Amino acid sequence: MSTSLKVNGQVHTVDAEPDTPLLWVLRDVLGLVGTKYGCGVAQCGACTVHIDGVAMRSCVTSLARVGAKAVTTIEGIGANPVGAKVQEAWKAVDVPQCGYCQAGQIMSATALLAAAPKPTDDEIDAAMNGNLCRCATYIRIRKAIKAASGQVEA
Amino acid sequence: MTAILENPSRRLFLKTGAAAGGGLLLSFSLPGLVRAQGEAPSGVGANPFNAFVRIAPDGVVTIAAKRPEIGQGIKTSMPMLIAEELDVDWSAVRIEQAPIDAKVFGEQSAGGSTSTPDDWEPMRQVGAVGRALLIQAAAQRWNVPVAGLTTEPGFVVDKAGKRRASYGELAQAAAGLAAPDPKTLVLKDPKTYRIIGKSQPQSDTPAIVEGKPLYGIDVRVPGMLYATFLKAPVFAAKVAKVDLAPAKAVKGVRHGFVVDGGTELEGLLGGVVVVADTWWAARKGRNALEVAWADHPTSAQSSAGFIAKAAELHGQPPHRNLKTVGDVEAALKGAAKVVKADYSYPFNAHATLEPQNCTASFKDGKVEIWVPAQNPEDGRELVAKTLGIKPEDITLHFTRSGGGFGRRLMNDFMVEAAWISKTVGAPVKLLWTREDDIQHDFYRPAGFHRLTAGLDAQGGLTAWRNHFVTFGEGQKFARAAGMNATQFPFGAVENYALDVSVMPLGVPTGWLRAPGNNAYGFVMQGFTDEVAHAAGADPVEFRRKLLGAPRLIGEPGKGDSFHTGRMRAVLDRVAEASGWGRKTPKGVGLGVACHYSHRGYVAVVMEVAVADGKVEVRKAWAAVDVGRPIVNPNGAEQQVQGSVLDGIGSSLGQAITIENGAVVQSNFGDFPMLRLADAPDVEVHFVTSDNPPTGLGEPALPPSPAALVNAIFAASGKRIRTLPIGDQLA
Repeated sequence: MSTSLKVNGQVHTVDAEPDTPLLWVLRDVLGLVGTKYGCGVAQCGACTVHIDGVAMRSCVTSLARVGAKAVTTIEGIGANPVGAKVQEAWKAVDVPQCGYCQAGQIMSATALLAAAPKPTDDEIDAAMNGNLCRCATYIRIRKAIKAASGQVEA
Repeated sequence: MTAILENPSRRLFLKTGAAAGGGLLLSFSLPGLVRAQGEAPSGVGANPFNAFVRIAPDGVVTIAAKRPEIGQGIKTSMPMLIAEELDVDWSAVRIEQAPIDAKVFGEQSAGGSTSTPDDWEPMRQVGAVGRALLIQAAAQRWNVPVAGLTTEPGFVVDKAGKRRASYGELAQAAAGLAAPDPKTLVLKDPKTYRIIGKSQPQSDTPAIVEGKPLYGIDVRVPGMLYATFLKAPVFAAKVAKVDLAPAKAVKGVRHGFVVDGGTELEGLLGGVVVVADTWWAARKGRNALEVAWADHPTSAQSSAGFIAKAAELHGQPPHRNLKTVGDVEAALKGAAKVVKADYSYPFNAHATLEPQNCTASFKDGKVEIWVPAQNPEDGRELVAKTLGIKPEDITLHFTRSGGGFGRRLMNDFMVEAAWISKTVGAPVKLLWTREDDIQHDFYRPAGFHRLTAGLDAQGGLTAWRNHFVTFGEGQKFARAAGMNATQFPFGAVENYALDVSVMPLGVPTGWLRAPGNNAYGFVMQGFTDEVAHAAGADPVEFRRKLLGAPRLIGEPGKGDSFHTGRMRAVLDRVAEASGWGRKTPKGVGLGVACHYSHRGYVAVVMEVAVADGKVEVRKAWAAVDVGRPIVNPNGAEQQVQGSVLDGIGSSLGQAITIENGAVVQSNFGDFPMLRLADAPDVEVHFVTSDNPPTGLGEPALPPSPAALVNAIFAASGKRIRTLPIGDQLA
């Protein structure tokens, strides 16, 4: 079935069933593989994207539910000034170890900073607790969020 | 052109050659696989990646990282060694993942924290040979003796003649020279290091942050189909009956077939494969299947059964003794105080965040494979044997791994992908579901320890016995279920015995980060804490006394030999850093543990608060001795922090339980990982003793669980002897 899907500012015509999770449309149909599969049941956050600016788990969000809304992925988040700042902080702090979860972490952190430009530790806990990091880079994730929001030096 | 290089661990053959785009190329090979002197090294030069160093005319230096990057930082730290001795600016270096080719690169695995100790010397020598060739090229160009020349990063300098030439200018000429005998080369004085010992960012960080394709799961090859493989819940059980039609009816599904599979748990097992145009279509097809599984001899095994059997074996004389020193029985009889406790821990899964996957393209009896692997050469053998093809007809490519932790030392996913590609006659990406990954791991074996210690009237340890119940048959332990016989306090107590009893197991087991030690650290250091309290001693003081005078226990150079002085130093450092001995409010406590593994000495202190049946870890301190220099302090801090937090996460809630022969847990809901809100700061201190540098992917994990449970005891009086902690504090 042909559906139109707006990703990173570009409209694509995709051939996929409406119940297909957005994750697999991004990865297998559009070739945007920066968004990762980790659990398939919204428990790890590796697949986090923005849908109309809201951080969502793409593994449980069907194509039908996305509809005409604008999807932003890790490949496009740098065009958003907050996203670009988060990416810069992630590099300056050198957050990743294996790196597999980091696209999802960056998407969640960007959504947090868009809503709370100087988040408290409690706000960081609440916004980031859905994103697992198996390497446990949490100390640097917290630091990078504070660096991106100007609260500490990177 | 071949030079022979002596090295304590292996002999290296250094070769020089011209790079494809002009310039210098360096590679080395293992003995026996090297070509005769003068013979053109096939591939070298034609393939720009199959050497360690390439210097382009414009001065850009490309260094190959030979080992797989699984998050341990090796892709950055080993090229740092080459760059240091080559004497180039780190900013001029580009790093590329080497192809898998043992003839050119030798050992290309990642396991046992061995990369740093094994590569420390050879990688520096590769750089030093490159530097010597560039100097020689300059000497020829200027017609001056080599002795008058030196280098500054990226340049050969003639101080007397007041001239300099860039490596880029000299590279072409240097490529035509014979490599010098590395024995004649003097490696740099560590005091002059510009790169080693300075924090360098991980080389893939920008690509990761920008979402670039790097991982196995990201591989795309033309004409590729997507596969999912539903294996029997009971390990190695076979398909009894399945109707493939409902799967094949799903739009996008191209193939559905049964794999009969073998009986080897690390090989190809029985199940049903669905292959489709997209992975989601394959998954939907799989969901439509109803499979009846054949009964299997291990269908009745369970964790509850193992626990009951362990208790039974603890009540009987041990099957055998692994080590005896002195007379434990007599010492216990004469002891002023005897302390007894049972410690146990469950099976545990690796749960790399990138589920197991592999892409394979089988064509005309040959197969090309792209794989996130830690030990791909074993996979080559497995694929060759299973598919009935020659090992040399298998081409392997590394991808970055989304975590390893020992899971990708096994290659089950590789043989599956190859088999599926061969069966369907198309390139295939096999991707496991998270549920597949949790339920078909090679688990850290569960274990059961009955410990007995004797104390004299002064509170000194006089006897230590461990009756370890583990898995195996006869003299053979299940994979990763054995124990080295000289675990501390061996060598520090006059009467010591390690006994074992084994029970059979039909669950695949394997190496999980700091194998064995990730559990023994908890057992030995948890029980040591109990014994310290029974002796009325401060836990740090008790350990100091037990370590005693600085000395080596065991044979010099052996991996399991242990230096008490090095451990004492990290213990002292962590005690100081954490303010050990300070008063804490009610419900708050400090716990300490120290453990030696993978040639690293690590002591950890944790501060926890226990309230309302829950533990909150407020802060952790780690002191680490892995020799010196710390090659990349940035990466070293990452590994220590990650390992300590890994130990907290696994201790809090992780257990794999077996019921009816199969794993109960299936995803992160019932197999919980540490999350950000529960992750404390970990303050890291390095004690840089005068020893060659060793690896750091593992040794900081084992003391962490014991420091945690010992802190819980200090805070609450509750002694945790069984992992995970779960609701034991409720």
